[in-house]
Amino acid sequence: MSDYVSVMGLEVHAQLLTNSKIFCPCSAAFGLDPNTNTCPVCMGMPGVLPVLNRKVVDSGIKLGLALNCTIENRNVFARKNYFYPDLPKGYQITQYENPLCSNGHLDIEVNGSKKRIGIRRIHMEEDAGKSIHDEKEPLSYIDFNRACVPLLEIVTEPDISTAQEAVAYLKELRQILMYLKICDGNMEEGSLRCDANISVMKKGAGILGTRTELKNMNSFKNVQRALDYEIERQIRLLESGREVEQETLLWNTSLGKTFSMRSKEESHDYRYFPEPDLIPIIVGDEWVERMKDTLPELPAARRQRFMELYGLPAYDADQLTQTLDLADYFEQCVHLLDSPKEISNWIMTEVMRVLNEKAIDIKDLLVTPSMLIGLVDLLKKGTVSGLMAKEIFTEMADTGKSAADIIKERGLEQVSDEGALKDLIKKIIEANPKESSQYRAGKTQLLGFFVGEVMKASKGKANPKVAGNIVKELLEP
Amino acid sequence: MLDTARIYRKNDMSPERHVEKLLSRIRQDTLNSFVTVDEEGALRQAVISGKAIEWGDEDLIQGIPVAVKDNICTKGIRTTCSSDILKGFIPTYDAHVIERLKARGAVILGKTNMDEFAMGSTTNTSNIGPSRNPWDMKKTPGGSSGGSAAAVAAGLCDVALGSDTGGSVRQPASFCGITGLKPTYGTVSRYGLVAFASSLDQIGPMGRSARDVAILYDAIKGYDKRDSTCVPKNYAATSLDGIDMKGLRIGLPDIFFAEGLSHDVERSVRFAVSVFRELGAEIVPVDLPRIRYGVAVYYIIAPAEASSNLARYDGVRYGTRHGDDKDLFEMYCETRAKGFNSEVKRRIMLGTYALSAGYYDAYYRKASQVRTLIVEDFRKAFESCDIIAGPTVPVTAFGLDEMLDDPLSIYLLDIYTIPANLTGIPALSIPCGFGDNGMPIGIQLMAPAFMDHIILGAGITFQDHTKFHEVKP
Repeated sequence: MSDYVSVMGLEVHAQLLTNSKIFCPCSAAFGLDPNTNTCPVCMGMPGVLPVLNRKVVDSGIKLGLALNCTIENRNVFARKNYFYPDLPKGYQITQYENPLCSNGHLDIEVNGSKKRIGIRRIHMEEDAGKSIHDEKEPLSYIDFNRACVPLLEIVTEPDISTAQEAVAYLKELRQILMYLKICDGNMEEGSLRCDANISVMKKGAGILGTRTELKNMNSFKNVQRALDYEIERQIRLLESGREVEQETLLWNTSLGKTFSMRSKEESHDYRYFPEPDLIPIIVGDEWVERMKDTLPELPAARRQRFMELYGLPAYDADQLTQTLDLADYFEQCVHLLDSPKEISNWIMTEVMRVLNEKAIDIKDLLVTPSMLIGLVDLLKKGTVSGLMAKEIFTEMADTGKSAADIIKERGLEQVSDEGALKDLIKKIIEANPKESSQYRAGKTQLLGFFVGEVMKASKGKANPKVAGNIVKELLEP
Repeated sequence: MLDTARIYRKNDMSPERHVEKLLSRIRQDTLNSFVTVDEEGALRQAVISGKAIEWGDEDLIQGIPVAVKDNICTKGIRTTCSSDILKGFIPTYDAHVIERLKARGAVILGKTNMDEFAMGSTTNTSNIGPSRNPWDMKKTPGGSSGGSAAAVAAGLCDVALGSDTGGSVRQPASFCGITGLKPTYGTVSRYGLVAFASSLDQIGPMGRSARDVAILYDAIKGYDKRDSTCVPKNYAATSLDGIDMKGLRIGLPDIFFAEGLSHDVERSVRFAVSVFRELGAEIVPVDLPRIRYGVAVYYIIAPAEASSNLARYDGVRYGTRHGDDKDLFEMYCETRAKGFNSEVKRRIMLGTYALSAGYYDAYYRKASQVRTLIVEDFRKAFESCDIIAGPTVPVTAFGLDEMLDDPLSIYLLDIYTIPANLTGIPALSIPCGFGDNGMPIGIQLMAPAFMDHIILGAGITFQDHTKFHEVKP
């Protein structure tokens, strides 16, 4: 098996978060009742014409800049002709020659080593409708709500060698799309779709093998499984003296296998030609500059900055920059309290736990950065113990109350007052004569026992550090 | 139309009375010029227009009966493109031009016959059979806007809308002795015009005089954001006074008077040119070396675009479906095999071939490049003249049964009209005489893009000095 290397390129379709569709004024929203979000234009009625939504070009330019691409000055749309019931006009309006963006790259990291994946092109196009097949009867329905929804197609160079790299690329790309706020990145709902071209060759062969195209991988996990499966399938074929057929395959998640969708002979001749209903769209320097000004700090740069500026470990920086909102949350906290690592720990443990339990986004969390800092501050001052702080945080997330209010309501202030504690500790020493004498005889490990007793007696309100000092003072000569 | 507007204001006749009269003529029409007549809608608007005129409405379009080619979408009125595949298709929207006309109080009489999907020069390929030429019932009115031309010439309507992809307004105008304009590409919105070849199609006004055509053109032209190829600019009204021909340079390309031109057409066109000369125009020779490739270029680009534009008629969402009990592929095949006539299928196949992998560069790309060269020819020619003149069609209207099996000869008849579509420039056909067989002849005037008012002005001046347009069949 290790005699072979695999060569892959990915084609990703990202559904854009524009208000309206790419060529008509219908909403581009997801999840409406079938065929309620259509008009004569997206239904392909006779005599209607497409009009370009320029926001789609905005999104394309932004992504192109984020992926280090050259932006095309003169953009021409093309028709891709084929018959399918969910394709209303009998052609898809897309770009063919001179795509909006080309010659870019995206750096990924796999197992600690960096790799640069070339971006061949990014182009704008419209989505098709959705066919829904009745499982009981031989009937099909079509929902045209999705027809004409804007997509960016992002095509890599054949620079990807393993399924792991493919997933790393996809994750990085998804993160960028989300940072740019141009795609919600939801693979399950199909707003981010991935197809792959795969071939294998003997090491050092120098000539690429026959490639297959693989579709229908709707999660990172499925991309990993499907690519691994397909690479292995191709190697097995070659090992057994057979040939790989050029064909389009579908990944079947439940069976964990790929199936042939169409062979090379059945592949379409799309008869591309320039779309005569749309005029060329000129993207001048001014437009590109305007988009450049709107670019946020991208995930890779932000990760780097988090490590350098805040001294965070790579793992922390990676976790905290998963989404733009989370990274912003972290930075807002740090601006309020200069304890990056402590805040990072809080976010990676308690904040993440609550987000997962509640299945919500950071922006829906009731605990604002200033509230979280309020809590961390109380913890640092010793007003509450670490254990209590976690409990308080949970309540803050449930109720939206501040830490101070909760502490006041529940009387949770930590007792650090030495006088009050001394009386309590004296009683505990008297109640435990055996341990007291052992401690006095030099068995100082019993300090923990005494502090534990103090905490128990104080119902956790005692400041353990202060309590420990008093125990020492009373029992040590 | 201008006469009708005056009659309305003189209280000699109400719009309702006028429309009733036309509807009764249409009911007895033997020319097969209409596919659908909207009597109810027409009369309803006529009554409203009558009131508006009583109250002093001065709009020349108010209450004017208009016939509309059946490839222009009309809300609530069947729009079939004379095709079985759209039999019973009722649009839920008006074309931009219809919106414009309705807003001005025009009376939409109904939809006129045409070659199926505007592919043809005779109306022979219509699913309801051919229209007839009012000058001779045995002859074709031309096409594809033959129904509109016949209806105008026979006085079944005041004016009509046609569409012109390679001459489909001008050729039938010439054959029927009326005036027809193919406006500058991008001055009239194509929204709602059922596409044949998107980069060539343009809706055009047809009438009995250049003045009527100018008024109708002014009513339909203008920017529409729903058509991206529509040019956003200020459109001035066209003067109805005609233009001073003194000092105007009219270019005559030799190639328009070369082999294939029948002698009677040449005689009439040269006579018309002499009229312009007498009115003060300067006649200059111009060279258009590459328009001899026009027909070849057109018959690659137009079918290529058509093969894609007509893909939407698949029986899935609207229109006629055949083979419903079979699988998807067979349903497609049967729907399209039965729904389209042979000329449409021929052009779909031509276009599909021209765009196929391995042939695109040799055909479509090459044709597009030659198209650019033809644009360049005209640009150069217009450096030495203001108008280019020549015959609209090499021949007069021919018999209904002639040339049925000879598509190539029919294609070649478009030789003079095609260049204006390939280059986007405006072109006007006006009556300028009669052939040996008594059939009308048209002269074509072309001008640089957006100079529609120049050729309309020249047409108006010409008609102020000639009577050809006043002769009735």
